[in-house]
Amino acid sequence: MTDKPAPYTIVIGLETHVQLQTATKLFCGCSTKFGAPPNTQTCPVCTGHPGTLPVMNRRAFELSLQTAAALNCNIATYTKWDRKQYYYPDLPKGYQISQYDLPFSYEGWLEIGDPKGKFEPKRVRIIRAHLEEDAGKSMHDEHAGKADSKIDLNRTGTPLLEIVTHPDLRSPAETKAYLTELKLLLTHLGVSDCNMQEGSLRVDANVNLHIETPTGKVATPIVEIKNMNSFRAVEKAVAYEAERQYSVWQETGKKLGDPGVFKQTRGWDDTANVTRGQREKEESSDYRYFPDPDLVPVTVTAEQIGAVRQSLGELPAQIRTRLEVSYGLTPYDSDVIVNQGRTFITYFTTAADIAGDGKTASNWLQQDVLRVMGERNLTIESYPVPAAALGDLLKRVRAGEVDTSRGREVLQRMFDTNETAAEAMQALGIEQVDESALMALCEELVAANPKVVVDVKAGKMQAAGAFVGQAKKKNPNANPARVRELCLEIIAKLP
Amino acid sequence: MSLSRAEVEKVSLLGRLQLTPAELDLMTTQLSAVVGYIEQLKELSTDDVEPMAHAVPTSNVFRDDVVTPSADRALILSNAPHADGEFYLVPAVLGE
Repeated sequence: MTDKPAPYTIVIGLETHVQLQTATKLFCGCSTKFGAPPNTQTCPVCTGHPGTLPVMNRRAFELSLQTAAALNCNIATYTKWDRKQYYYPDLPKGYQISQYDLPFSYEGWLEIGDPKGKFEPKRVRIIRAHLEEDAGKSMHDEHAGKADSKIDLNRTGTPLLEIVTHPDLRSPAETKAYLTELKLLLTHLGVSDCNMQEGSLRVDANVNLHIETPTGKVATPIVEIKNMNSFRAVEKAVAYEAERQYSVWQETGKKLGDPGVFKQTRGWDDTANVTRGQREKEESSDYRYFPDPDLVPVTVTAEQIGAVRQSLGELPAQIRTRLEVSYGLTPYDSDVIVNQGRTFITYFTTAADIAGDGKTASNWLQQDVLRVMGERNLTIESYPVPAAALGDLLKRVRAGEVDTSRGREVLQRMFDTNETAAEAMQALGIEQVDESALMALCEELVAANPKVVVDVKAGKMQAAGAFVGQAKKKNPNANPARVRELCLEIIAKLP
Repeated sequence: MSLSRAEVEKVSLLGRLQLTPAELDLMTTQLSAVVGYIEQLKELSTDDVEPMAHAVPTSNVFRDDVVTPSADRALILSNAPHADGEFYLVPAVLGE
């Protein structure tokens, strides 16, 4: 990557599929639990046997409404389901039940920003969100070449929400920010676990370039990128695709709308870090959508929509603002905390309230708690020191009962032993040193270090650090900041 | 309105039906007749009729999100032409 501005604008729209957190599939009672042995979670309905009747999962529809409301979408008072016809071995019915012309929600937005200011905050417009069923999983034996493909239909019929944005994103960073914010919102609502490894969140990106030329602006043909299995992969794929399209345009001059130029599908290769061409996308009319006669429409009243909007509570963007306003956090710090999810936010506010200082609590959570969670692969739920206990420790640090560096030892002991702050401090022999004892200690140190005194007198204030180290050896409980202050005071009074 | 042979050929491809040239001719004639019959409905004035998405005047049929037992794997796989006890087996899917 170079710092030189690119000679083009990247235009990105995303289609995100998220698996709804239901116990059962969209149209039958089969479990949606991940990881079951192949083909053990299927029935005649989800495998498309004749004479079966799909019945809509109420919970799936409720979760969909919540998501649409949180994405500021209009919610349709009348919605229906359609059959999208195509042949693929992992689609046993020969059609997918989806929503075509009357999706349950449309025209919303999600606001994104960057706490480090890499781009201006913006509202990413959402075209629609609709509810559909997932297909099964095909496995191909790449070595055997002509061997059969294996089909597992456990996933078939799992409820998916497809969320489609306008092409409003302009960089890999904005794309990642949108996905991060969407995931945060959906996990906050409990609508989806958004686990990409388990396929609960899948992203396809539509990418092209707008290039300024002496004869006006031209657009490159649109490419849909698939097979991106992490947010990082999405970022890399979009950046790669932009450069690829630019060099293809320089070579061929092919533009969007030229005869014979169609939308292309390319797959991301995460090992080679390139996109590769896939089959040409069929025209959407080839899917021959028509209303599914097995499913009746769903109507929603204005009262129900109002109730859903009421029930959402405080959303992540609002919590960020609250932490900035009520706890004095910077946008960066509040972003870090809110991005950790609901439990972590409560942990923070509990600790901060008891400590009486949001900034201190935020620093300790980021530098100590999050670090240890990362090292030991813990979640905040499994982190053993309760929020109130940490808050109590931080209150003592602020009151000068224990200094920051010894405070870390205390936290470590609390982590290891489940002791309270008071117990851990006692066990470590930490007690506040009496001011007169501290003064005596400092006088002793000043007398014993004439060279340091000369240096300090000459203006080398950092030389005073030597006092702190020596004081710690003589009395581990000596507060470093106070030792430094006292020593400097004593030296100042020396002739 | 009549369908062209090319349209019927396209639809047969989308439906994965392999038709002989004779069958294609026959289908073109027969499907054109069916579509032509439906065309007659256009003669009716539907200006005052609200569009409908479903033939049954029912809405909001839901079930609770409660797990029910799935089918026995051996039994459900026995419906497939080829299976290996765990998976359905299909001719190699190329491409994606």
